Amino acid sequence: MSEFTGNEIIHQYLRHNKKFPHVLCPGCGHGIVLGSLIRSVHSLALPKDDVVLVAGIGCSGRLAVYVDFNTVHTTHGRALTFATGIKMANPKLKVICIMGDGDALSIGGNHLIHAARRNIGITALILNNNIYGMTGGQCSPTTPEGAWSMTSPFGQMEKSFDVVELGAAAGANFVARGTVFHIHNLDRIVTRAIERPGFNLVEIVSPCHTQFGRKNKYKSPVDMYRWIKKNATPLERYNELSEDQRAGKLPLGVFVERDVPGLEERYQALKEKLMEGAR
Amino acid sequence: MSANGKKKGRKALFAQGNEAVVEGALIAGCSFYAGYPITPSSEIMESMAQKLPSRPEGVFVQMEDEIGGLGAVIGASLAGRKAMTATSGPGFSLMQEHIGYACMVEAPLVLVNVMRGGPSTGLPTSPAQGDVQQARWGTHGDHPIIVLSASDVQECLEMTVTAFNMAEKYRTPVILLLDEITAHTREKIFVPPVEEFEIVNRTTPTMPPEWYKPYEETVRGVPPMPPLGSGYRFHVTGLSHDINGFPTSRPDEVVALMDRMHRKIDQFLYQVQIVREIECADCEVCVVAYGSVARSAELAVTQARGQGLKAGLLKLGTLFPFPRRALEKILGHSRAVIVPEMNMGQISREVKRVNNGRAQVRTVNRVDGQIITPDEILKAIKKV
Repeated sequence: MSEFTGNEIIHQYLRHNKKFPHVLCPGCGHGIVLGSLIRSVHSLALPKDDVVLVAGIGCSGRLAVYVDFNTVHTTHGRALTFATGIKMANPKLKVICIMGDGDALSIGGNHLIHAARRNIGITALILNNNIYGMTGGQCSPTTPEGAWSMTSPFGQMEKSFDVVELGAAAGANFVARGTVFHIHNLDRIVTRAIERPGFNLVEIVSPCHTQFGRKNKYKSPVDMYRWIKKNATPLERYNELSEDQRAGKLPLGVFVERDVPGLEERYQALKEKLMEGAR
Repeated sequence: MSANGKKKGRKALFAQGNEAVVEGALIAGCSFYAGYPITPSSEIMESMAQKLPSRPEGVFVQMEDEIGGLGAVIGASLAGRKAMTATSGPGFSLMQEHIGYACMVEAPLVLVNVMRGGPSTGLPTSPAQGDVQQARWGTHGDHPIIVLSASDVQECLEMTVTAFNMAEKYRTPVILLLDEITAHTREKIFVPPVEEFEIVNRTTPTMPPEWYKPYEETVRGVPPMPPLGSGYRFHVTGLSHDINGFPTSRPDEVVALMDRMHRKIDQFLYQVQIVREIECADCEVCVVAYGSVARSAELAVTQARGQGLKAGLLKLGTLFPFPRRALEKILGHSRAVIVPEMNMGQISREVKRVNNGRAQVRTVNRVDGQIITPDEILKAIKKV
C-alpha cells in the first residue's frame, strides 16, 4: 500500500467531475509541480476551502482547473493582481499563484516586482520552462542566450532573467529555486513557501520538451531531465565553486529567508490603531 | 420631514463630484478600493485612501498600474467584497481586458471613469465625453454592460449607490462615466442617512456546496455567487465555460452562456434605464444630453420655453443599454432632436439609430476641452 500513498493523497484533491485527460504534453514537468503543491497543502493540513489557487494564462494556467480548491484562472500576466485583491479582501485565505515564465516575468513583470516589494502574503510559484509553450514556442524572458525558438531563429540574442535575483532584489520574503527532477526537495521548498508569511517566491525549473527541448538538441524528455540532474547544484556547494566552475550550473535551494510580516498583517495593525483612535 | 423642509439626519456637505462618488460608494457598502491615480479622477482614490482604513472592513491598495487596479478589484469582488476603482481616459483603455474578464466571470464591481480629452494623453484636466463608445465597446467580444452618467454633484452620490446596486443585482461590472466639470465642481449636497437608500447585496447560494453549480441558469439569469473560501469551491475562468465553470468550446454551451449573459440584463431594461424628462410632454424640439452638458441644456430649454419655443430635455442617466423606449416616446411628437456632447458624436450615433429617419437629428459638438454653453444649445434649438 505504501508505494501508492502519494497518488492516494493526490486523488483526494483532484476534480473528478472535470474530464481528464489533462492538456499537458508527454514529458512536461507541470504535473509534477501540481503534485508537489498538493502534497504540500496536504502536509500542512490546510482545508481545501481555505486555499485559493490563482493561475495566469498558458500551460501553467491550465493547472488550476484540475484541483479542488477555490480556483481562479485569470488574464495573461495579471494573476498576482487578482491574488492581491483576494488576499487583502480576506487575509485568512492561503493564496497561491501559479505562473509561467512569460506570464510572471514578461507581461506580468511589473506586478511581480511590486507584489514582492509590497511583501503581500502570497505564494508565487513560477514554472520556468524557458519558452512560451502554449503559443507555440516563442522565446521568453528566461530563454537562455543562444537557444533556438520560433522568434529567435538565429539563437536568442538577449540576456535572460534570473528569477531568483530579481525576486530577492525586489524584496520578497522568501526566494527559492527547485526543479521537477528533485521532487522531495521541491516538496520541502513549496511547503515552506506556503506556510510562511509575506511574499514567497519559488522558481521551479520544469522542462518543456515539445516546444523547447525538441528544437534545442534534447532528443527526448528524458534528456532534459538528465540535463537538470547534471547541472543542478545545491546552493551550498555552488557557493564553493570558482567562477569558471559555476558556468552552466543551476544553483538550487533557499536564497532568501526573511521574516517580515506581510502587507495584509501590517494593514490590519494599522486598521486596529486607527479604529482604536476612533473610539 | 421637519418644519424647515429638511429631512432629519441629512448631512449637508460642500463637496466636489469625486468626493460625492466616495460618499455614495461608502453608503452602498463599498469596502474595497484598488487603483492607480490619474487626473481628473485622483480625488476619488485620495479620499478612499483617507477613509477606508479606519472603517471596520475597509481595504485600500494603491496598485502599480490601472490593469493591476482592476485586477485586484475583481479579486476582491470574487472574495465577497463590494469593490470599486476609478480612472480616467488612458487608464480606462488599459483596463479594457479586465472589464471583459469581469463580464465573463460575472464579477460585480463599479468602475468610475472621469473622462478627459483624447485620444491618448490628450487634454488631462479639460472636460470631455469621449469615452462613451469605449465604455460600451472597449473590450473585445460581445457582452452586455451597464453605463451610467451623472450631471451634478448630488447625482454623483446617488448614481454611485445605483451603480453598486445594479452591479450586485445583475452580477456585472457597472461603469459610471463622469466628465471633469461634474467631478471637480464644488456644490452643496445632502448626504442622506443610509436607511433612506435601498441597498442591494448579491445573492449567495443556499443549497449544499455539492449541489451548487456556479453558472447555472436561474429565473433572473443571475446565478448566486458565494465568496471565495466559504465552502463553495468552484473554478472561475475568463474562458468560455459551462455551468460548472469549467472551460468548454462546445457550441451549445458557449451559446447558452452568451445568451444568459445578455438576457440577464436585457430582460430588465426598464429597471436599468434611468432617464429624466424635463418639459418633454409636449416638446417639439428635444435636447438629449448627459453629464455636465445636461445642465447647460436644462438652462437652454428653460430659456427657449421663455421665448415661446416648445423645447424639452431628455437627460440620460443610463447611457447603455441605450434608453431606446424613452427616446421613441418623444420622437412621436418631436420634429427635431438636438444632441450636444463634448465629443464628435458618440451618443448622437445611438440617437440616430433609434430615430431611424423620423425626426431631424442635429448635433452640437466640442472637442476642444471647452464647456458647451446654454447659448450654443439655445442657438441650435432656435435654428431647427
